Amino acid sequence: MSDAATGEISQEGMESLVDDFSSDRQAYHVPWGKAMMWIFLVSDTFIFSCFLVGYLHARVTTTQPWPPQSEIFALSFGGDPIPLILIAIMTFVLITSSGTMAMAVNYGYRGDKVKTFWLICVTAVFGATFVGMQMFEWSKLIAEGVRPWTNPFGATQFGSVFFMVTGFHGLHVTGGVIYLIWVALRVRRGHYDNKGFEIVEIVGLYWHFVDLVWVFIFAFFYLL
Amino acid sequence: MAYVPLADQDQEMEMHHPHTWVEKYVFSQDHKVIGVQYGGLAVFTGIIGLALSLLFRLQLGFPESVDFVDPNFYYQAVTMHGMIMVVYFLTALFLGGFGNYMIPLMLGARDMVFPFLNMMSVWTFLISVVILMASFFVSGGPTGAGWTLYPPQTTMAGTPGHDAGIILMLVSLAVFVVAFTMGGLNYVVTILQYRCRGMTLMRMPLTVWGVFVATVLGLFAFPALLVACIMMMFDTLLGTSFFMPAVIEAGSPLDYEGGSPILFQHLFWFFGHPEVYIVALPAFGLVSDVLSVHARKNIFGYRMMVWAIIAIGGLSFIVWAHHMYVSGMNPYFGFFFATTTLIIAVPTALKVYNWIFTLWEGDIRLNSPMYFAIGFIFTFIHGGLTGLFLGNVVIDLPLSDTYFVVAHFHLVMGVSPILVLFAAIYHWFPKISGRMFNEKLAKVHFWLTFLGAYSVFLPLHYLGFLGVPRRYYALGNTDFIPLSAQDLNSTVTVAALIVAASQILFFVNIIGSLKWGKKADPNPWGAASLEWQTPDTPPVHGNWGDRLPTVYRWAYDYSVPGAAEDYIPQTVPENEVLAASNDNFETNKNPSPAAI
Repeated sequence: MSDAATGEISQEGMESLVDDFSSDRQAYHVPWGKAMMWIFLVSDTFIFSCFLVGYLHARVTTTQPWPPQSEIFALSFGGDPIPLILIAIMTFVLITSSGTMAMAVNYGYRGDKVKTFWLICVTAVFGATFVGMQMFEWSKLIAEGVRPWTNPFGATQFGSVFFMVTGFHGLHVTGGVIYLIWVALRVRRGHYDNKGFEIVEIVGLYWHFVDLVWVFIFAFFYLL
Repeated sequence: MAYVPLADQDQEMEMHHPHTWVEKYVFSQDHKVIGVQYGGLAVFTGIIGLALSLLFRLQLGFPESVDFVDPNFYYQAVTMHGMIMVVYFLTALFLGGFGNYMIPLMLGARDMVFPFLNMMSVWTFLISVVILMASFFVSGGPTGAGWTLYPPQTTMAGTPGHDAGIILMLVSLAVFVVAFTMGGLNYVVTILQYRCRGMTLMRMPLTVWGVFVATVLGLFAFPALLVACIMMMFDTLLGTSFFMPAVIEAGSPLDYEGGSPILFQHLFWFFGHPEVYIVALPAFGLVSDVLSVHARKNIFGYRMMVWAIIAIGGLSFIVWAHHMYVSGMNPYFGFFFATTTLIIAVPTALKVYNWIFTLWEGDIRLNSPMYFAIGFIFTFIHGGLTGLFLGNVVIDLPLSDTYFVVAHFHLVMGVSPILVLFAAIYHWFPKISGRMFNEKLAKVHFWLTFLGAYSVFLPLHYLGFLGVPRRYYALGNTDFIPLSAQDLNSTVTVAALIVAASQILFFVNIIGSLKWGKKADPNPWGAASLEWQTPDTPPVHGNWGDRLPTVYRWAYDYSVPGAAEDYIPQTVPENEVLAASNDNFETNKNPSPAAI
């Protein structure tokens, strides 16, 4: 009777996969919280996938023409309207925040609490900026008469999907900002000095996920 | 700093030990208390579901003489019965109840990985049940759209409960999804990451495998339900048209256009079909363990059983549209989904064969849990065979909206899982309560339930073949249905009343045994798996006393030649087995298949 746990643990390829699944005690060499976050994110992926599939289906079945996004989401700064400029800036801000988040994780594992704290804070500020710009975008569309139940530019479903999908994503970002601030404060208070800084990576996983989802929303809703 | 797994650290998980009565029994973080709370709440909603079914069965059986069920209430009762039984009773009882109770005990863990989250899960579940029950008391009553909540009729004025009832139903389901996610993440991470020394995945009891795969299915399938609920809520409250096409009601068009009711059906069944297996897989697991223990044999083909569970779990995501052959979707889909549906019958049949081979030449002890487990094999084969009929498009088309479908899914996912539940409750009752139940009463309960359930659901197949449509308030004078169909309907109602009444025996037995039952042996059935090896019966908070157990073998070492007893607990190392029996014995040369 062999005991897999006492053997050497392979780190690469199929062997490591087999080792993970034939070991006792634990399948993955990660903390519980991180494993849980990964599984939650896969579950959350299904939520957003269902939203996007629902959106694509609605777009195919609706009887009215789909409005041209590049014109609706255009802003003019004195001159000609620039298509999708606000969304481009929002996407840029959110992807930049992923970069600062990755740096925070790095400094967290090095034990540099001050830099970690500030980098998480910068990430949270970027996130809040994103939500702020989304509020601006919403109020602009609402001022133009777009509602979940009506849309002066074409298919009703455009308004419904827009407010539902971006709203649900916006809630995720808002929740992420709160989560980031909470973790940042606890990092500064020294809450993780003995436990280790995996929590920074865990919140980072969530944050990168929210970014990645935005990339898909951007591609499917604004560009397609 | 390298990460050190918690089980390897000297100082184990910090236990949050309760200090007050409230912390111990109400806001408890102990997985066992939470399991019992989940189970109790699920059984409570299940009783309401059962009572509703009796009300509409009375109407169906005796339409002339029952005047307290009007058409609106009939539809509301049918709807709430379906939703309560599938989601709030079976799912919650198998995963919330048995999952919570069994996972840490069977894996040799002290608790779930995040006990506080686990406690939040059960209280969120309570909130969802309260919201669901509240719909009985709002104006218009609960929704009567059928448990599948198909639009457009859910939100249209002719449907009972189209205003407040449907909203409460959708909110309650969304809250349930949140509760399930909190619990489900805990189960999955506990199973993957918090097993005791020596407990590899392939040494886990099949109960844990069933719960594990079912939870993964739940985590991937419930999102579709959540999204469908959100979109339908928007349709109802905000007037969006996700699911609502242009509709003319009472001569005037409604404010909807361009939505797709089929989209809802796809989303709903993308949840709804895996949901069948969310209920069935834990039942498969539990019944495998019960059969193996009482047949004194290892489960036949353990590895095959595990892979069958995984295969069923995977396939269950690509069969959903077999619920929609008559929906008006693209008919070419029917071919694909009929094929996958018949493929999923292969691993399922494989499991049935293995259960029967487990019984084959076993030293069968006909204890009452075994009665229910064998009864399950009967009802499951029966319900499974009618599933082959309905999986084929051409046979499904005429049978789709008849009682044949009702008979099929009640046998396969109503009666069968409930028989497993009874088997499991009787089987583990001595461990959970520390008392023995009354064996004779349990056997009477089995025969009444088993024969009664058959006499309820077997006639429904014939009604279906006659073309009796489901969901009708009363048959009336319909030319194509013979008058004798109504006699059959009345018989079914009488049988249903008897089955329901016989459940009183179960509650009398369980509740009475808590007080008067004789004290149970720690391992009354002689089971090898870990939950029977706890130092205390019932297990105390922390489960294992000072030291976590170490596992040396799989959970199915029964009737091993040469061993002192006819079972070897998982915690017994190989050399102690040898010490226990002085003869030279062969099993050591042929280690059990799970010994990797």
